[in-house]
Amino acid sequence: MAEVEATADRLGIDLSGVDWDSIHLPPGEDFGITSDDDQDLLRDDPLEFETGLQNVIVVDNLPIVPPEKFEKLEGVVRKIYSQIGTIKEDGLWMPLNPDTQKTLGYCFIEYTTQQEAELAREKTNGYKLDRSHIFSVNLFDDFDKYMKVPDEWTPAEIKPYEAKENLQHWLTDEKARDQFVIRAGTDTEVLWNDPRQMKPELVYRRAYWTDSFVQWSPLGTYLATVHRQGAAVWGGATAFNRLQRYAHPQVKLIDFSPGEKYLVTYSSHEPSNPRDTHRVVLNIFDVRSGKVMRDFKGNADEFATGGTGGVAAVSWPVFRWGGGKDDKYFARIGKNIISVYESETFTLIDKKSLRVENVMDFTWSPTDPILALFVPELGGGNQPARVSLVQIPSKEELRQKNLFSVSDCKMYWQSNGDYLAVKVDRYTKTKKSTYTGFELFRIKERDIPIEVLELENKNDKIVAFAWEPKGHRFAVIHGDSPRPDISFYTMRSGHSTGRVSKLTTLKGKQANALYWSPAGRFIILAGLKGFNGQLEFYNVDELETMATGEHFMATDIEWDPTGRYVSTSVTSVHEMENGFNIWSFNGKLLYRIPRDHFYQDREKRKKQQEEWDRWVKEWKRLQEEEKVYRQKLRDGEASDDEEEEYEAKEVEVEEVLEVTEEIVAYDFDQ
Amino acid sequence: MRPILMKGHERPLTFLKYNREGDLLFSCAKDHTPNVWFADNGERLGTYKGHNGAVWCCDVSRDSMCLITGSADQSVKLWNVQTGAQLYSFSFDSPARSVDFSVGNKLAVITTDPFMEQTAAIHVKRIAEDPSDQTSESVLTIKAPNGRQRINRAVWGPLNRTIISAGEDAVVRIWDSETGKLLKESEKETGHQKPITSLSKSSDWSHFITGSLDKSAKLWDSRTMTLIKTYVTERPVNACDISPLLDHVVLGGGQDASNVTTTDRRAGKFEAKFFHKILQEEIGGVKGHFGPINALAFNPDGRSFSSGGEDGYVRLHHFDPDYFNIKM
Repeated sequence: MAEVEATADRLGIDLSGVDWDSIHLPPGEDFGITSDDDQDLLRDDPLEFETGLQNVIVVDNLPIVPPEKFEKLEGVVRKIYSQIGTIKEDGLWMPLNPDTQKTLGYCFIEYTTQQEAELAREKTNGYKLDRSHIFSVNLFDDFDKYMKVPDEWTPAEIKPYEAKENLQHWLTDEKARDQFVIRAGTDTEVLWNDPRQMKPELVYRRAYWTDSFVQWSPLGTYLATVHRQGAAVWGGATAFNRLQRYAHPQVKLIDFSPGEKYLVTYSSHEPSNPRDTHRVVLNIFDVRSGKVMRDFKGNADEFATGGTGGVAAVSWPVFRWGGGKDDKYFARIGKNIISVYESETFTLIDKKSLRVENVMDFTWSPTDPILALFVPELGGGNQPARVSLVQIPSKEELRQKNLFSVSDCKMYWQSNGDYLAVKVDRYTKTKKSTYTGFELFRIKERDIPIEVLELENKNDKIVAFAWEPKGHRFAVIHGDSPRPDISFYTMRSGHSTGRVSKLTTLKGKQANALYWSPAGRFIILAGLKGFNGQLEFYNVDELETMATGEHFMATDIEWDPTGRYVSTSVTSVHEMENGFNIWSFNGKLLYRIPRDHFYQDREKRKKQQEEWDRWVKEWKRLQEEEKVYRQKLRDGEASDDEEEEYEAKEVEVEEVLEVTEEIVAYDFDQ
Repeated sequence: MRPILMKGHERPLTFLKYNREGDLLFSCAKDHTPNVWFADNGERLGTYKGHNGAVWCCDVSRDSMCLITGSADQSVKLWNVQTGAQLYSFSFDSPARSVDFSVGNKLAVITTDPFMEQTAAIHVKRIAEDPSDQTSESVLTIKAPNGRQRINRAVWGPLNRTIISAGEDAVVRIWDSETGKLLKESEKETGHQKPITSLSKSSDWSHFITGSLDKSAKLWDSRTMTLIKTYVTERPVNACDISPLLDHVVLGGGQDASNVTTTDRRAGKFEAKFFHKILQEEIGGVKGHFGPINALAFNPDGRSFSSGGEDGYVRLHHFDPDYFNIKM
């Protein structure tokens, strides 16, 4: 009370004149005082209030029926809605008009979970029961929300402009070093790759920074982390402040658009009815403002790639961005359709999806707004498989090729969008085995000519394929044996620039993966996993090996964006030997960092050492005490020997530490 | 380090023991004949013929004159190390599993397996100076509390006042060697969870290490039986030893029988893992065996060690200079 009086005096308020009863604190638990942490989240994403009614939907525009038709209507409604989810016991209520005893034209349905209620709302809103009755469905809670919309419009506050930290700072580092991020255990660290000092330098480290994984944005501006409530991006020169948060509960996967303008987040939720597929929620956020531009909800089926009829899984990323760095378009594949959206309005181009029967897969050109689609063979060969190139937004088919006897195909774009390679697995005439060939499209040339390339040994299985980034070459690993061959081809050959030709074949390599340098010219032929991490650094210009190396049990290989360094790492498959090596582009091992041992806690070690020393002291003491007895046990023979023992040991240790060389001088005349 | 491969046994190895000077290595295997080798170059000196069953364990006297071996043929034999002649044979009613000389070599502690009606037991026998005076009388017999569980190892505590035993029931026990009374048992929660396969003393008997099928090894104080350290691996531990020179321990093990068909078929993958004794961290491993490792022993000078495997090979490794410079 004294404090209150003091404050009142300071402010010049006469306390006696205050009518205490007229003071109303703002409603709500927090009395209008918002806490900093919750502020952004609550504002952006008003979560459900605990009214307990979030599983309830209201279905409006039902026919008004007399009591005789009552049961029939209820049965129809129940049948429609129980397909979507499990209606709770007595969950369907159709109120009656007390005067006329007819239905009022709406009903309440309560599901077991909120997700089912939302799903029902989406699916049946607009459902045509008959010509004059179109369902209008809403969540019960939404009514509350709509009613609270204020009548007056208050203009949004404009936050003052704050100069943010220079996010691109790392580019201007004097020593031209790159940053890389590693996660080990619970710590996540960003380090400078400093090859000249032969070790990395820590930029920033944080424990428990992310719940599951981190990812750089494609241009390296942000570092994204994933948490239970959503994703966040961090950036900055040295401090790595949190720049923005994106609320998406239980987010599992994230994907940046290539120009870093948008972030797609994905989560999958367990259905309440085990026979249903998972519910999928996708949000597209604007990276800098954190606003949700568009969201997608639905069953996992809708987002699966045209599966092979079995369990269709959602393959990530669901949305593929196209049109180069402007992030102009994004598309997803569904059953028989490809939906292409443009990022100005976040709606479908031409308001409808591209309908392609049985489309199996699609890829964007990395630089131009062109889609490549693959439609598999149908009808036992009656309708051949097809690869088409479609221009967006015109939806004009630029080029198409029919392929016969195809069992599978995969598309590989070259990084500049100059070439597209389609790897086609074909059945032999007897349909018992497959052989592989390539259809090579030259995108930038007039009429997009196509060439067919088959390997010398047609039956060779293709293990891996990779275009040279920014170049005109590609490498293929083929063969069945444990040591397959690697062939290099170029799209531009010396004599005729229109034909693909082979540069060379390397036989019997222990490799199962290809990693081109992002600048081209160099490639690592890697044998990961089963091949024990054999690495061969190959110069494709000179067609010779620069160096070989090994990183036992390596599981991942990544080039730095400039193509100067490569990291090979062992991620936590094995408990031992985790860590990574940094190599130069020509195969020199620069340094290695074993994760388990590197940042061990110094304090803990000291403690352990001290504890041990105490034991040793105790033992020595007891040993001395017992020496007499021991001697007796050995009939007095022990003492000398024991002392010798200890002395001998000491001497030995010294020997180890001092390794001296003596050069004995010979007198040759002897 | 380049290992020296010694193939002298046709069946899996069971135990390895160096003599006190470190110049002889004794190996026991399931093939009934223990061998003795030169510890520096792996050249075999001789064999001890006489047992009719797998030889599980051995120990050698301080002066390297007398060897004692315990065998599944229900006998424990004393041998002249140099000549290979059998000096005496103790017979029991069940297979003998573990043998250990006391300080002064006047007594030996022997364990026997549960067999038909016999329960597992620990026996203490007097060893006479002159073999001709040897009798088979037992000084003390201790019946194991859990009679049907094997006692895999029993050794003398410091000053022969105590006997330390460990076995299939995963409990380490200290007994009074005069009265046979149980003095202490290891705790259930902190102790091993699965059968203890091996036990090895430090060079000054102040602490010992036990290895168990629960994929861990534990370091204990010999006098109070306090658990000091635990070392965790991915494989069940069949053998362990403490380095006499540096703060290292070595563990060797094998595969769960159920996993055998799914193991990596690359040859030579079974390894002896080295741990830092104090920090409990793995510092390295030595691969090479084609089967699970059953026996490990450090040479008393700490500069070499040997491992014996299911494949019947004994591998002798002399450490590289790098080994002595390992920094943590």
